[in-house]
Amino acid sequence: MSILVNQNTRLLVQGITGKEGLFHTQQMVQYGTNVVAGVTPGKGGDWVLDGKIPVFDSTKIAVEYTGANASVIFVPAQYTADAIFEAADAGIPLIVCITEGVPVQDMMKVRNYLDQKQVRLVGPNCPGLLTPGECKVGIIPGNIAIHGEIGVVSRSGTLTYEVLYALREAGLGASTCVGIGGDPINGTSFLDVLEMFEDDPRTKRVVLIGEIGGTDEEKAADFIATRMTKPVVAFIAGQSAPPGKRMGHAGAIIEGGAGTAAEKVNALKLAGVRVANHPEEIPGLLHH
Amino acid sequence: MKLHEYQSKAIFANYGIPIPRGRVAENAAEARAIAEELGGRVVVKSQVLVGGRGKAGGIRLAKTAEEAETVAAQLLGMTIKGLAVRRVLVDEAANIETEIYLGITNDRAARKPVIMASAAGGVDIEEIARQSPEKIFKVHVDPLLGLREYQARDIAACIDIPREYWKSFIAITRGLWWAYCETDATLAEINPLVITANHQLIALDGKMVIDDNALFRRPAIASLRDVDEDTEAEVEARKHGLAYIQLEGQIGCMVNGAGLAMATMDMIKLQGGEPANFLDIGGGAGADKVAAAFRIILSDPKVRAVLINIFGGITRCDEVARGILMAMTDVKSTIPMVVRLAGTNAEEGRNLLRNAQMITAETLFEAAQKAVALVEGA
Repeated sequence: MSILVNQNTRLLVQGITGKEGLFHTQQMVQYGTNVVAGVTPGKGGDWVLDGKIPVFDSTKIAVEYTGANASVIFVPAQYTADAIFEAADAGIPLIVCITEGVPVQDMMKVRNYLDQKQVRLVGPNCPGLLTPGECKVGIIPGNIAIHGEIGVVSRSGTLTYEVLYALREAGLGASTCVGIGGDPINGTSFLDVLEMFEDDPRTKRVVLIGEIGGTDEEKAADFIATRMTKPVVAFIAGQSAPPGKRMGHAGAIIEGGAGTAAEKVNALKLAGVRVANHPEEIPGLLHH
Repeated sequence: MKLHEYQSKAIFANYGIPIPRGRVAENAAEARAIAEELGGRVVVKSQVLVGGRGKAGGIRLAKTAEEAETVAAQLLGMTIKGLAVRRVLVDEAANIETEIYLGITNDRAARKPVIMASAAGGVDIEEIARQSPEKIFKVHVDPLLGLREYQARDIAACIDIPREYWKSFIAITRGLWWAYCETDATLAEINPLVITANHQLIALDGKMVIDDNALFRRPAIASLRDVDEDTEAEVEARKHGLAYIQLEGQIGCMVNGAGLAMATMDMIKLQGGEPANFLDIGGGAGADKVAAAFRIILSDPKVRAVLINIFGGITRCDEVARGILMAMTDVKSTIPMVVRLAGTNAEEGRNLLRNAQMITAETLFEAAQKAVALVEGA
């Protein structure tokens, strides 16, 4: 067991013929992900990766021909909202959006539209999903994580890799790693992923990697305190960040005094979460 | 991206929102000429991208054109919260009866735009929100439907706007909504919106913040950026697509990824040091970009040591190493450096840097420790 992606995932890549799309498709296939189709409007009929993966003009046609049940999006930011709408309208139940820099008003429209449908969006601006040994959807380097029983959920990219690597060095593996992305409006929250990990029999413990901005970590703390039975270890990035300055991610900003690391750490500690002072401390706290 | 008051109000005017007559001036003589045109009694307002201008003495009333010239000369020599006043807005003075707050922003928890209004306008709205939140009326707008007329009417009724002003208030709210949508704003605010003694609604002050991620489709707005307000290093960083923010400390940081960059800064602080900057070179950065990042970090005279922390995923460590070597040949810095490379091609990267007089570290903890020791030892 795992969450969101596994060996039954039939993946479609939107933007498969672009530089990033093609490179990461290759990486995903090498990892063992079942990539069944790609979409690039105007390139329908082409094949990529030595004729192994067919390219379609539209997501709807790709789904009809290949039965894809998940999509990963690599298209540029100006076309991203449209790509998400297209995937949702084609009936794909899981959409993972890697693209960074999507305008926030686009994301508000996307989110409010998807809320009316049975569609799960992960991202945007995220590294994607990895169920070690089974399936990789996105750009998380496969070799840094081993199969195990720790659920990892994070708002960051490379910081997640750092943590997966530290876990591996300590002999600890992941059930599934979920990058939810660093944007203020996204598809999946910490809370959504914690619920899934709580219900997943393979996941025994959870690592949550948050950062400054918003109140998603506080909502997660609420859930952990009231509903979660599995132990959680957390790290919050941005303790040293000054208010009013956007720390790279569109969502990582302390606004009007809210969204500070101290508030988040406090809320998590009150919920019984062990909070690490730095990412390399996480494996030790899990061993306890 | 923040817009100046005069820029925001010009946008509002395009959407049918009444604003005072007035223009922006870059010197005292210009301010006088504008005041003469407006008939003498004017408000001279510093144009800096920071809140609390009024409290800092950056907004002054002038009764005559001569006085406007004197006041403008004083303001143009001022510095407000570290920002030099380079322009003043000279506006016709209004006779204010009532001050209203009206703003639109993104409510990230609700994932919808929210319109906020209050009869207690004019002062700091965050202060009102803290002390008496019941005085602020909020309406969420479905982004797929847009603002509906009844919502604007509800706002007018709930903040007790006299009925004879409803029609113009609704038109202003609608105008503000479209200004917010069509500029990809994250904030569009009128504070105060006033009812004047001659029974008119006018936007006396305006503030807009634009979503940086949407500037690609708003070229006219993007061209309004005031680069005078950014440090040279920040302008340079933007040119190279680097996320860079200058801070107060002595340890320059170069990291790939925003989350990891923050974690690296935190680690420095945890070890008793202070980061000099936030810098994210982004995913898949090549040698050129790394070299640019390096030059930007070293352009900060406060920097006493540099910490480079790269976790290779898409970014390859050997590529980063090449960028560092490239930059070192033309910057020729004597500032000591600590490098920690992990992940994709880390070994190749470390080999490239072997002869480059750099301190290496295995873990982030060790890297920060060494960087802090360098600063303390200096």
